Amino acid sequence: MITIGRLRDAGGKTCKTFWRLLPVLIGVLLIASLIVQLIPELVRLGLLGHGPLLEMLGADLLGSLSTGQPVVSYLLGGELRQAGVDLYAITAFIVAWVTVGIIPMPAEAVMLGWRFTLVRNLIAFIMAIVVAWITVATLNG
Amino acid sequence: MAEKKTEKARKGLGGWIFLLATAAIYLGIYVWKPVYGEASFGHFAKMARDIAPILLLVFVFLWALELVQGMKDRLAGLVGHDSGVKGWLVAVVGGVLSHGPVYAWYPLLQSLQKRGMRPALMATFLYARSIKLPWLPLMAHYFGMGYMLILTAYIACFSVLNGWLVERMIGSGGSRGQGD
Repeated sequence: MITIGRLRDAGGKTCKTFWRLLPVLIGVLLIASLIVQLIPELVRLGLLGHGPLLEMLGADLLGSLSTGQPVVSYLLGGELRQAGVDLYAITAFIVAWVTVGIIPMPAEAVMLGWRFTLVRNLIAFIMAIVVAWITVATLNG
Repeated sequence: MAEKKTEKARKGLGGWIFLLATAAIYLGIYVWKPVYGEASFGHFAKMARDIAPILLLVFVFLWALELVQGMKDRLAGLVGHDSGVKGWLVAVVGGVLSHGPVYAWYPLLQSLQKRGMRPALMATFLYARSIKLPWLPLMAHYFGMGYMLILTAYIACFSVLNGWLVERMIGSGGSRGQGD
């Protein structure tokens, strides 16, 4: 049963969540705005533009090392896309961001066991490339 | 209790410190390369205008999720070794509906693990968490509705494959091997 009190409590919690998220969102948008202008330069210098597989591997590694709200990966990915970065690489980055966690690995291992954590993350790392590949292939197909 | 509150307050401050540091970087760039700084800020203003209506939608989704209470408790009885298809379904749906930082879910998974939760279902749950329902409108905004639907469907399917593979590799007896 949803009462006015529950609605108010849930609304309050959501406001708090948003309030905590707001500075991070603004900060990430600001940083993304700085970065996207560098992308054409990076391509020109040869740091990007090496074909889908190598870019996917790099993006997968970058996403695995990143941590934070998944929305950040959408924002960065969306802006990088508009700047011309390959969709294969961006998808691998987005998928790896949330499915592979190198930074939270020690915490996960302490709670759920090292073997489980290492195997799970390794499989998720490989899968990020597979998911990226078939997603874009399906979209283009 | 007081320590917990202080830690929470410190964590809440982290975002603002990050924003301050970003503003400082902008200030530096604006002094060093004013044209680049101005163009970047213009880009930021456009992005902020674009995503503002989507954030409103996200707010409504988060509010609705907040109203679904007791989800964690209900999970406990549904993910044992004999749970079958129902267990897989609970792991995927539970992962999709779970929100907040992953750290918050480790204690629950650990307690379920001790009560016999299959490693496959734990891995499936953790993989399916990458589907963030409230943020899907933002993904659709950037990459299109088709991309969002295809990627979400594949992640849901691969969460099961991920769980199955993890269990095949570490065995179904438990995720805690020797030396853990």
